[in-house]
Amino acid sequence: MLTIHHLYADMMNLYGDRGNVISIKKRCEWRGIGVEVVDVGLGERVRPTGCDIFLFGGGQDREQALLADDLSGSKGEDLRAVVEDGGVVLGVCGGYQLMGHHYETPEGEKLPGVGIFDLHTEPRKPDEARLIGNVLVEVPAPETGDVRRVVGFENHGGRTYLGDCEPLGTVVAGFGNNGRDGTEGARRLNAYGTYLHGSLLPKNPWLTDQLILTALRREDDTVELEPLEDSAEGNAFASMAGRLAGRR
Amino acid sequence: MSFVPDLRLLASIGAARAAQLASRTLKRGGGSTIPGVVARRVDPKVLKKLSKRLTLGSVAVTGTNGKTTTTRMIGKILQTAGVRAVNNSTGANLVTGVTAALVSDSSLSGKPSSGMGLFEVDEASIPRVAAEAELKILAVLNLFRDQLDRYGELAYTGKVIASAFADLPRGGAVVLNADDPLVASLGRSTGGPVFYGVDEPDLDTGRLQHVADSKDCPICGTPLDYAAVYMGHVGVYGCPTGDFSRPPLDYRASRVRPEGARGSSFLLTTPKGEREAKISLPGLYNVYNALAAAAVAGEAGVGLEDIVRGIGEFGGAFGRVERIEAGDREAFLLLIKNPVGFNEILRTFVTGAEAKNVLIAINDNDADGRDVSWLWDVDFEMLAEARAAGKADAAPFTVSGIRAGDMAVRLKYAELPVGEVVPDREEAIKMALQSTPPGETLYVLPTYTAMLEIRKALSDMGYTHPFWEDR
Repeated sequence: MLTIHHLYADMMNLYGDRGNVISIKKRCEWRGIGVEVVDVGLGERVRPTGCDIFLFGGGQDREQALLADDLSGSKGEDLRAVVEDGGVVLGVCGGYQLMGHHYETPEGEKLPGVGIFDLHTEPRKPDEARLIGNVLVEVPAPETGDVRRVVGFENHGGRTYLGDCEPLGTVVAGFGNNGRDGTEGARRLNAYGTYLHGSLLPKNPWLTDQLILTALRREDDTVELEPLEDSAEGNAFASMAGRLAGRR
Repeated sequence: MSFVPDLRLLASIGAARAAQLASRTLKRGGGSTIPGVVARRVDPKVLKKLSKRLTLGSVAVTGTNGKTTTTRMIGKILQTAGVRAVNNSTGANLVTGVTAALVSDSSLSGKPSSGMGLFEVDEASIPRVAAEAELKILAVLNLFRDQLDRYGELAYTGKVIASAFADLPRGGAVVLNADDPLVASLGRSTGGPVFYGVDEPDLDTGRLQHVADSKDCPICGTPLDYAAVYMGHVGVYGCPTGDFSRPPLDYRASRVRPEGARGSSFLLTTPKGEREAKISLPGLYNVYNALAAAAVAGEAGVGLEDIVRGIGEFGGAFGRVERIEAGDREAFLLLIKNPVGFNEILRTFVTGAEAKNVLIAINDNDADGRDVSWLWDVDFEMLAEARAAGKADAAPFTVSGIRAGDMAVRLKYAELPVGEVVPDREEAIKMALQSTPPGETLYVLPTYTAMLEIRKALSDMGYTHPFWEDR
């Protein structure tokens, strides 16, 4: 039985983040794996069951300010403990930013993050544009280290700078963390952060399966996943990857 | 009005005419923006100067959804009332488009032939248009998540719009949708706003959709209590802290009876009395558009009879809702722009099994919005539930557009049957029409540029005669 903890589902679901929940849920159901979705709202504590995936989506600045406050107490501590314990966490956009040390809003307010990743996010300067568009990233597969390609859409004003932290992948087309250093996202143990929002998991089903497998193996390390028929996902991926390939 | 001829203005109009002619001769489209750009380059005050010469002043409509339809509907009401209004054409809703419309309405000596300006204006352009065009009325329809890749955050868009209120001339009115909390809260930035909204408990969907964008109190951030949710975050609400609630309505629709594709009827209550009104456009969102149009026209001094007649006779705007005869079948075009609109269309046509033959076409050109993540916020699951309950037909949807692949994945994960995936729009509409049984209707749900392509394909096939003429 896999539990999806959807952090602040009602507040942090700006760009189709719900697609990531649906993707994990369906891919479990199609394989007969029991799955439960638990919404974790403001003031509610994180209750890991062992076999968990935590999803943390994107929101607008005002919501992020409310969350930063909620995360500053025991909830933040619990989340850090989950990650140290090998729990699976995926933060997207605003959720990703709040998984770093701090996030500075365009108004100059510094919101503290959970500190899962050694990174911080600065606001864009007045003469800088938002970083918007389709992205193609090369990601080393968590298990084998083989390089896999991932597509998504990014839309962020903030510029994220990594400290002592592994990126999720390398930008082939698009901007990534800050538009300068060619990195995208962050990774620590089984926690992942990325600017690729919305339909990230549906269109990159190998990554979805990787999250599911990692979570299941925390309870039973012999588990294997049945392959699924993924031609629709493959077509959507190939169509975008084809558009982006060769662009830099 | 000055007796000394304004040479700069005249030069500006002349240059704009030349540019328009050149643009048409070179077949660079209808020239709906270029003349405005040229006119403003020659005389940056051209919009201000010409606006002052409109004897009845100008009104403007902004918001995420329904600008074009509402503006056209106001135009129909004004026409019914015998008022001639100059209207900027579809799509050209930046300050250059507004300028172009006024310039082409004016004589070479700078005299407008219309009495009133009637403009649909892009949310981000409202401050500039308001500063120049002496708006007598500014209506804000709604603020939904739409093309965030252009505007960033919703609350910010609200602030931008509200910043324009101070530029309205004395006696200028702000007309606001009371049922959209963020829009209603803008009323705090102006004296005496006029509010419109719906009172119809039967239309309560009972739940906030996943796409509800601003369901928290715009003043203090506390989640709002909803007595009714009509669509997205639009409904009857109040903040539990008591600092903000839906304002009292000046223009109101009650006893709303939706009649599927044929439209809706409702009781329209205004400060000048109430009448039964009918609208031939489907969906609750068009009742809102009609209410906004009634409020703008009412505040501009049009009588209730003309308002009700204008609303009733209005047939729709280009491609938004359009029926096209296609031999012994017909095609019903329903433009989709964002998740709230998509949900409304699904709810109005598809869950009730009215729409058996469906073609969805998703493009991601600039005019469509380049990000298609919002497809995951559309409540296709509601459709799957309706099908499971036997309330809707199980025919698979044909899927098309540049992002046909993404749409197919979305349907797959909602456990809906996916039919043909035909990225090419022309091919897709041909195939979808062919597989529609004679006598039946094909429902086409396209994004903006896909709508233009499909419309052209239909016209190339000789199916050009719309039941509802575009004017």
